Amino acid sequence: MTGIVETRRIEDRVVTAPHGREGRLRVANLNVSFTRGGTEHHVVHDVSFTLEPGECVAIVGESGSGKSVTARTIVGLTGGRSTVTADEISLDGESLIGATKRQWRSTRGRRIGFILQDALVSLDPLRPVGREIDEALRLHNWGNRSERKRKVLDLLDSVGVPDPQNRARQRPDELSGGLRQRALIASALALDPEIIIADEPTTALDATVQAQVLSLIADMKSRGVSVILISHDLSVVAQLADHILVMKGGQVLESGEAHQVLHDPRHDYTRSLIDAVPSEHTRGKPLGPPVEIIATPHPPRVAEEFADYDGPVLEAKHLVKRFTTPDGSVSVAVDDVSFTLARGETLGIVGESGSGKSTTARLALALSRPDGGSVSLLGRDWTTLAEPRRRALRGRISVVYQDPLSSFDPRWNAERILLDSLPAELDGDSAARHARVRELAGQVGLPEDVLRRFPLQLSGGQRQRIAIARALAPSPSVIVLDEAVSALDVSIQAQILDLLVGLQRQLGLSYLFISHDLGVISHLSDHVLVMKDGAVVERGTPDQIFNHPRHPYTQQLVSSVPTLDD
Amino acid sequence: MTSLLTHNGILSPRRVTAVPLGLIASVATVVLFAIAVASPGLIATHGPFALHLQESLHAPSLTYWFGTDESGRDLYSRVVYGTSQSLLIGLGATGVSLSLAVLLGSIAALSNRFAAGVVNRVIEVLFSFPTLLLALLLVAILGPSILTQIFAVGIGTAPGYARIIRGQILSAKNSGYVEAAISLGHSRPRILRQHIIPNALRPLVAIIALSVGQSIVWASSLSFLGLGVAPPSPEWGALLDSGRAYITQAWWLTVIPGLVIVALALAATTLGKYIQKALERGER
Repeated sequence: MTGIVETRRIEDRVVTAPHGREGRLRVANLNVSFTRGGTEHHVVHDVSFTLEPGECVAIVGESGSGKSVTARTIVGLTGGRSTVTADEISLDGESLIGATKRQWRSTRGRRIGFILQDALVSLDPLRPVGREIDEALRLHNWGNRSERKRKVLDLLDSVGVPDPQNRARQRPDELSGGLRQRALIASALALDPEIIIADEPTTALDATVQAQVLSLIADMKSRGVSVILISHDLSVVAQLADHILVMKGGQVLESGEAHQVLHDPRHDYTRSLIDAVPSEHTRGKPLGPPVEIIATPHPPRVAEEFADYDGPVLEAKHLVKRFTTPDGSVSVAVDDVSFTLARGETLGIVGESGSGKSTTARLALALSRPDGGSVSLLGRDWTTLAEPRRRALRGRISVVYQDPLSSFDPRWNAERILLDSLPAELDGDSAARHARVRELAGQVGLPEDVLRRFPLQLSGGQRQRIAIARALAPSPSVIVLDEAVSALDVSIQAQILDLLVGLQRQLGLSYLFISHDLGVISHLSDHVLVMKDGAVVERGTPDQIFNHPRHPYTQQLVSSVPTLDD
Repeated sequence: MTSLLTHNGILSPRRVTAVPLGLIASVATVVLFAIAVASPGLIATHGPFALHLQESLHAPSLTYWFGTDESGRDLYSRVVYGTSQSLLIGLGATGVSLSLAVLLGSIAALSNRFAAGVVNRVIEVLFSFPTLLLALLLVAILGPSILTQIFAVGIGTAPGYARIIRGQILSAKNSGYVEAAISLGHSRPRILRQHIIPNALRPLVAIIALSVGQSIVWASSLSFLGLGVAPPSPEWGALLDSGRAYITQAWWLTVIPGLVIVALALAATTLGKYIQKALERGER
């Protein structure tokens, strides 16, 4: 049996709007539950809000908070096996309760537009984006062919897509992330909906593109479109929201006017979310509740050679890396990049996608051979070493990736992954190896029973902790963190950042921290490099970079970072 | 207070309680064939070569379940006694095919650019031949025999599997976990042994089951063309071939061995799919 029990229309009931307002969209006491394996999971509890024309209501929460389910329910896309109850869901006074499939289809698109997080998966990869938008118009019998064609170009133009004539003919994979997201917004706007639901609309985007998309949504708002914004990112929400609902575990913990929620939160959870946002003001302070980190260094014998070394642990000189594209042209991914990283310090590399920051990381790790320049690790030449001789030194520098899942062998559980990463000198002493693995798990704050789980059975935060434990296993001097916290929820990100700071203090580690997120970079770094198109455009302390940027690109980057105080 | 509502309509289709009928049927079929290999006398009703000349070309009946051939031999018993030979060819050809495929696929994926290039071209050239044509060519060179048949079918089907294995190895080789192992300073042989080989060869278990069924069909095709095991051997393809002459008078001589081949191929394929699904579930 599916969970749907009964259908009843309730238009005739008088319901007072939650905020005592008229409301274009009114939702009162919405409850959603799913039935899985015979048990019922209540995922949304008593959510109520009212949305006025030209207003933005933001639903803020982390994964599993019920924010996306709430949004999907409002457009009738809750899916099978769900039970939905509500006192009211109405659009311009017209109840949506008990609407048929056909009624929903005409409401979706025409009256409510939906913008999803990742345009690459939301758009049909085989269809030019112009046709995608045309489809939305055609489905709702909008105009004739030539009128639709003109409308598609107008729409693309209105969302700031340059050269709409040509862009309309391109497929999603031929467009950049920003243009793709704009095309998706254009298709959501096609039928002039009164309400736009934007579910994490900027999460996958670079800072400057994010700023453009946010200003586009703000523009729509000023033209009278109502916006429901779903996000885990409070600084994004601060740009747009008039009202904020903070959700956790399906409950609304706090709801109120945006300025009040952001600056005078009533609920501890809201406060912890706000405190968890890293920025230059949070430098040196923990982002979450204090956690004691006890980590003892276990330097393997090979590290003894470097005990007296006190020069820079990692030094790159004039690195150049070129790639030959399939059509034969040569692109320069890394162009004359130099840096030094001192013991116990953090060097932040910030840049957008395609800036060459990840290629720089691979060069630093000697996973890729530079076409020019050199890297030295602990004073030894690192780039020209032959791989067999390099292996002995590899444990001095380790890496944590953005997506730990793909960096784990799916056949191995966490314990096996960590056992495999221990230095060879522990070989043969099974008891010592297992003890060291338990110690590593403790250092990254994981209980021992997590070690038995396989990567797919771990949460995002646990996976990243295992990845950090693996990086710590050979007792390295340097850890390269490549977007290591970018895929995590704010509070999990805060825990991981606090953990990294704690480990650095205890073990004297140096970090090469690579991120597109300026807030994270300014929270952690002692020195910052700003990269664009493979080259370093500016370098300095976080204060210099974020408060007195000199290069126009840095200025643009810094100004496009959304902040809480807006 | 609260009224129930749905605006759903998008109900998932009701799930049929999953009785794995296909699985049960294919396991039963495979068990039956296993008995026919291990001890054909147990389930055969007559000898495979016992002549009943006065009973030639009898239609299927209670005495002769699958009918009799032109010499009055019991077709059912001949099918039972032919099982071991047909399965031997099927398994043997699979063995040859996959060994060759693993060899070629690994070289194509792991060796230096020159060797990989050469092997890739070889695979592509072999792949461009239809399987049967390649097999026919080998039989023409080596002459018909059971061993030739095994090698002909094995070599004929190898290029397709070689490409699958090459792809598997390449994707394991370029995976994040191999890069992580490199940055931990693990040696190449260790990475090969611990990560690349197990992850690349895991889908092979399912491929083996699929390949056995297909190899039997290919082998039977060769015998049917008179290029495999020759009559009076009761190998299934040979049975088909000898029945061909009587196709207008005695349909059972061709139809029944054909159905038996289909049954085994289906059972092996179904089983292979179940194994594959079970392995995929294991990964989650």
